[in-house]
Amino acid sequence: MLLQELASRLQEGFSAALVRTAEWRGELTVTVMRDRLHEIAQFLHDNPAMDFDYIVHVSSVDWPDDEERFEVVYEFYSIRKRHQIRLKTRVPESDCIVDSLTDLWRGANFMEREVYDMMGIRFRHHPDLRRILLPDDYTEGYPLRKDFPLRGKGWRDTFEFLDETAR
Amino acid sequence: MAFEDQRTTVYKIDPAHPESETLPTLRTEELLLNMGPQHPATHGVLKVILELEGERLVKSTPVLGYLHRGVEKLAEDGTYHQFIPHTDRLDYVCAMYNNFAYCRAVEKLMNITVPDRAEYLRTIVAEVQRIVGHQFWLGTQALDIGAMTVFFYCFRDREILMDWFDELCGARLTTSWYRIGGVERDFTPALFDKLKQFLDYFPPKIDEYIVFLETNRIWLGRTKGVAIISAEDAVSFGLSGPTLRGSGVDYDLRKAQAYSAYPKCDFSVPLGKNGDTYDRYWIRVQELYESVKIIRQCLEQIQDGPIMADVPSVTLPPKQRVFTNLESMIQQFKLFSQGFDAPRGEIYCGTEAHKGELGFYIVSTGGGKPYRLKIRAPSFIHMGAFDHMSRGYMISDAVTIFGTYDIVMGECDR
Amino acid sequence: MGLIQIGRHDKDGASDVIITTIEKAVNWGRKGSLWPMTFGLACCAIEMIAAVSSRYDMDRYGAGVFRASPRQSDLMIVAGTVCRRMAPVIRKLYDQMPEPKYVIAMGSCATSGNIYDSYSVVQGVDRFVPVDIYVPGCPPTPEALFDGILKLQERIMLKPVFLKQPDQVKPRLKV
Repeated sequence: MLLQELASRLQEGFSAALVRTAEWRGELTVTVMRDRLHEIAQFLHDNPAMDFDYIVHVSSVDWPDDEERFEVVYEFYSIRKRHQIRLKTRVPESDCIVDSLTDLWRGANFMEREVYDMMGIRFRHHPDLRRILLPDDYTEGYPLRKDFPLRGKGWRDTFEFLDETAR
Repeated sequence: MAFEDQRTTVYKIDPAHPESETLPTLRTEELLLNMGPQHPATHGVLKVILELEGERLVKSTPVLGYLHRGVEKLAEDGTYHQFIPHTDRLDYVCAMYNNFAYCRAVEKLMNITVPDRAEYLRTIVAEVQRIVGHQFWLGTQALDIGAMTVFFYCFRDREILMDWFDELCGARLTTSWYRIGGVERDFTPALFDKLKQFLDYFPPKIDEYIVFLETNRIWLGRTKGVAIISAEDAVSFGLSGPTLRGSGVDYDLRKAQAYSAYPKCDFSVPLGKNGDTYDRYWIRVQELYESVKIIRQCLEQIQDGPIMADVPSVTLPPKQRVFTNLESMIQQFKLFSQGFDAPRGEIYCGTEAHKGELGFYIVSTGGGKPYRLKIRAPSFIHMGAFDHMSRGYMISDAVTIFGTYDIVMGECDR
Repeated sequence: MGLIQIGRHDKDGASDVIITTIEKAVNWGRKGSLWPMTFGLACCAIEMIAAVSSRYDMDRYGAGVFRASPRQSDLMIVAGTVCRRMAPVIRKLYDQMPEPKYVIAMGSCATSGNIYDSYSVVQGVDRFVPVDIYVPGCPPTPEALFDGILKLQERIMLKPVFLKQPDQVKPRLKV
């Protein structure tokens, strides 16, 4: 389906929820309101004309100067129809929680855990929301935020397990 | 004297009626077994906590992150050109393909067209790398299951191609030969000859590898019917590459997106039927034959021409000029230290690597450094389906399942 | 005739009695049968596997028997990037190895952290494990790894056997 058609179908159904639609370098990006995210994602998954059955990735971007600081980005692809769409939503730092899409695409499980691990965004109704790439007891924060230093805050150089090796 | 406490049950059998004694039910519990992170069969540092009931896997929880190097954060700290060596080390078995995927993404962002000869060279090297990667996979999968001879044969032939890479770009494993806009250097005539010789030498070798496995009862017993995943589940989990095609889903980015020189080559995409380990193994072996076909066709079709796009503000000058010409040296210096001016925007670009769909999502706010670079790594996503794929199988199948997914931890943990 | 032959060898007349010190003999035995532990972390592991394969055969140097268990090995080749999360595991494996034990830091990541100057990578495995030999490269070719192993063998020949070894130096760097 052509990108204009995709965009117009979404406009028809959810015009109140769409914040912005953009097309660049042959890709369609649709920014939606946070509370309608799950509904729109369900439409994209279940509607036979849309048929977005393959989840490509879930990621997050930090815009520290904006009021709604974090942006959660989903990208879906339809294997049969061969079209791709990017769905974005914004969350403020004070209330960074979004609906999880693991009930629609099972692959979103690990991907959302990684977003939580790296950026600190929580996902409502996620079956197992814990850190995945960093250890569970990592206390320095969320590395991919822009205010987190590249070299970390000293965890990489402290070896408390050494004191336990008694000889 | 029998030691009795609450946990020990003493079975008393009446000698007059031994058969009438019914034993009380045994206390059973699931066993939590920790596999890894240092283990000969996990491909890299992967820890899996297996819940076992007897020998059957009830649940397996992969614990990732033992090789988390913070590559996505490092990308924001350097320019686009500086990130190319990092991409080598993501899927370190198939380095060239990672470079390819990244360069394609940046070229999409910058809207650069790569010249024809460069596209053919890229495709040839990418398919050679695919052969190397699948040989490594076949060797280690066979080794894990027990067929050591196949391991040595695969690695013997892999060494020929590693020498070829060495002659091409100076490194065996982590190569960084691709550049944004083209490739670093052209093939010498000797490289063409060696490659043609290899293409004649290799197909009988593939037959040699699989003669040990095709009709081997042990191999068939350990791979047929193991780790079955249905097409629907595979798509829902986001699997890609041979793990998806094993279940019969026809999705190959080389055909779906038709990038580089692939549309000009005639090759088929093998598909499996049952979604089990044997199908995925068969697909990868068939892909070896198809890669040979693609390389042959590219070698016939390649024409002379430039190997780098002519966009001086983005692409690097040829190395010989950098050492002799002042303007080229300044251009090289500026491009590496400050970077080129990328437009504001975001793109996603996926490429069919050996493991699956390797994609880069780049957000740029202008300037030389990416604002956010996300790596869509197929190994990470395949680990998400590990629990589902391994339920109900025996503990010895856990090793087979690692191999059939073809996981590389450098890519999984980034 | 018989199992023990006293006198010159029939074939080439070479003397079949060797006189050496026990120390040299013990060290010769130790260096010629290094048993590495399979400890590949990242890309260097691939070159280590290539070093064990048929082209570059590590078994020629006696170091070809890779044991999966640290209790049965005496050489730990740390091949790959050492992430802070993996550090306690490495230290535990090192502690489980019986003496005499040797560590080769293979590759730039194990030596110094390489290009990964980030929040989760330890800048060199020698921050918490004593290292005998550093093999630079990214990844080092199998020949470079052999160079490292041969240098380790030279070092082993120089180690005293009957003198008490100094207590293990515990690196307690809080850098």
